Amino acid sequence: MAIDKQELKNVIVKPIFDNNPIALQVLGVCSALAVTSKLETALVMCIALTLVTAFSGMLISLIRHQIPSSIRIIVQMTIIASLVIVVDQLLKAYAFETAKQMSVFVGLIITNCIVMGRAEAYAMKNGPVMSFFDGIGNGLGYSAILICVAVTRELLGSGSILGFTILTPIKDGGWYQTNGLLLLPPSAFFIIGLLIWALRTWKPEQVEEKS
Amino acid sequence: MEHYISLFIRSVFIENMALSAFLGMCTFLAVSKKVQTAIGLGVAVVVVQAITVPVNNLLSTYLLNEGALTWAGMPDTDLSFLGLIIYIGVIAAIVQILEMILDKFFPALYQALGIFLPLITVNCAILGGSLFMIQREYDFAESMVYGIGSGFGWALAIVALAGIREKMKYSDVPEGLRGLGITFITVGLMALAFMSFSGVQL
Amino acid sequence: MSVKNNMSVKNNLSANEANSEKETIEQPTNTDSFMRTVIVAVVLCLVCSIIVSSAAVLLKEKQVSNASLDKKKNVLVAANLLKAGSDVTNTDIETAFANIEQKFVDLSTGRFVEVDNPAGFNQRKAAKASETSIAIENDPAGIGRRSKIASVYLVTSGNKVDKIILPIHGKGLFSTLYGFIALEADKQTIVGLKFYEQGETPGLGGEVENPRWLALWKGKKLLNNNGQLALKLVKTIPANEFEVDALSGASMTTRGLQNMLDYWLSEQGFGLFLARLDVQKGEA
Repeated sequence: MAIDKQELKNVIVKPIFDNNPIALQVLGVCSALAVTSKLETALVMCIALTLVTAFSGMLISLIRHQIPSSIRIIVQMTIIASLVIVVDQLLKAYAFETAKQMSVFVGLIITNCIVMGRAEAYAMKNGPVMSFFDGIGNGLGYSAILICVAVTRELLGSGSILGFTILTPIKDGGWYQTNGLLLLPPSAFFIIGLLIWALRTWKPEQVEEKS
Repeated sequence: MEHYISLFIRSVFIENMALSAFLGMCTFLAVSKKVQTAIGLGVAVVVVQAITVPVNNLLSTYLLNEGALTWAGMPDTDLSFLGLIIYIGVIAAIVQILEMILDKFFPALYQALGIFLPLITVNCAILGGSLFMIQREYDFAESMVYGIGSGFGWALAIVALAGIREKMKYSDVPEGLRGLGITFITVGLMALAFMSFSGVQL
Repeated sequence: MSVKNNMSVKNNLSANEANSEKETIEQPTNTDSFMRTVIVAVVLCLVCSIIVSSAAVLLKEKQVSNASLDKKKNVLVAANLLKAGSDVTNTDIETAFANIEQKFVDLSTGRFVEVDNPAGFNQRKAAKASETSIAIENDPAGIGRRSKIASVYLVTSGNKVDKIILPIHGKGLFSTLYGFIALEADKQTIVGLKFYEQGETPGLGGEVENPRWLALWKGKKLLNNNGQLALKLVKTIPANEFEVDALSGASMTTRGLQNMLDYWLSEQGFGLFLARLDVQKGEA
């Protein structure tokens, strides 16, 4: 199968700025909020989600001609759920501490709308290689937002990044008064809201029509 | 009895699915423009949640947990790793069955709720409800109360958000924030408000 | 309109992608036949179940050892035998844990007892089932029921007990906190405290995990000479060895902590056991 370089670039880069799954399509927000109080958990979540999206896209695309349309959704779900279980088991075996902090949110990748959305909208109609990269691209788009939110929350909320202290908090004998609001989950909403504002000011074509 | 009431109140207000666990956000943000539709989706979520959580509870107690298969003569089997796939399968199946039953026996209700049911399979609040139930090791009666309570809490949140968004139509929002942006910020404020319930001790 | 809008967005999306793709969609007419559906479903289930089960079986051992190492690590951190958060290898944990002994205590008598399956003993599970637990009257810790038998850890040299590590748990503001408290052999002085599971407000109540704050507990006296709990969490500067600085901005978590200690060190909790324990002989 010949792969068009331009197309490949589109499939990977577009979801990051032009068609971001979180900022534009409102997909996959749930997990984005709960795991972003620390960059470490956010990164693990990004990797897990990107891998699941990419591989589920590839597998579903491989068997797309075989899937009867009446059981289409459940077939996709079974494949996605199996992949998520494998990821969950791997995390519990090799990243126990992080897996513990993420609790049910690894399992919730199954119902993350990005994964299902890409399977249904792209993988069912395109070849396996392109579907794989489409998954990577959308995973990266999701990761971009998640990492922005997590860096803001961890840096301003606890004065550190990835556990390394950058701004020494007062309670540890430093000077930085930590912003407790940013450690609370609602702050993720504000940060995503502001990110969307910034993104749409930069790319005005994404502004929604006044209803 | 007191225990169950307290669990119900906890799951509706203090541990609200949407506003304190942030589950079901995709649909929460997308289907909250009109109060009417929000109520429809809310009711559907309550019904599905009230059925799936207890059913998954039974499955995990008698099929998946370590030692759950003692009745079948296999006391050492631990199938809990299959949990995720079973729960999502149960949810998908129940939603499908519910759709068929409604279509056959209650066509009017099907007209009202039908379009929401497929959306519910991929609603993380539903799967999240089952996963939290497992994590917190609720028994059957508790899981029933928790299912209804958490579904009701989610419905309450989406109806409230839809109410706010209907009113917000008249406000002049900066261009880039219009639509999704301001909704995120509104939900953030609602979530902060819901945090004040956490002080309630029962 | 919202739902329709949502769906039409998705449709547009797929339409766009359909336009941009090169490959044409061939839809074989027989995909929907009954047999075919059944075959696809069965094959898919088989393949998925093989993948999932083999992953679970292959990784099981590693996960179990992770969980047990994690528990050991928490015990060691509470007893100040291991630095929290530092890079410790699994062998470090195993060596440090070598002279720690796990014992089981019947809380109503304060005596050591044997349990059927020591490795599989799960105090949290035992507290749920009615035959292995009792309902707590006047429940200050907010935990409802407690297991009749509790597992304790003793740091020993020969028969002599050096340190006693007790599991405690109780309600804070949002969540139940689970932790260990370690005492010196005099059964009064605190060696350390460690919470391994909590869901309190991050930055406020969540600071119960902050090693800096936990370090304040070292050397404080928990019980007075009559064996009664005298330790208080105070909002002023601690005046004596019975007072510990409370967490700032976390009144409810602090109250929960105080209640938890009150309960677990009373006669209802480990009180009888502590009174009975002979630290010279390691008997109770």
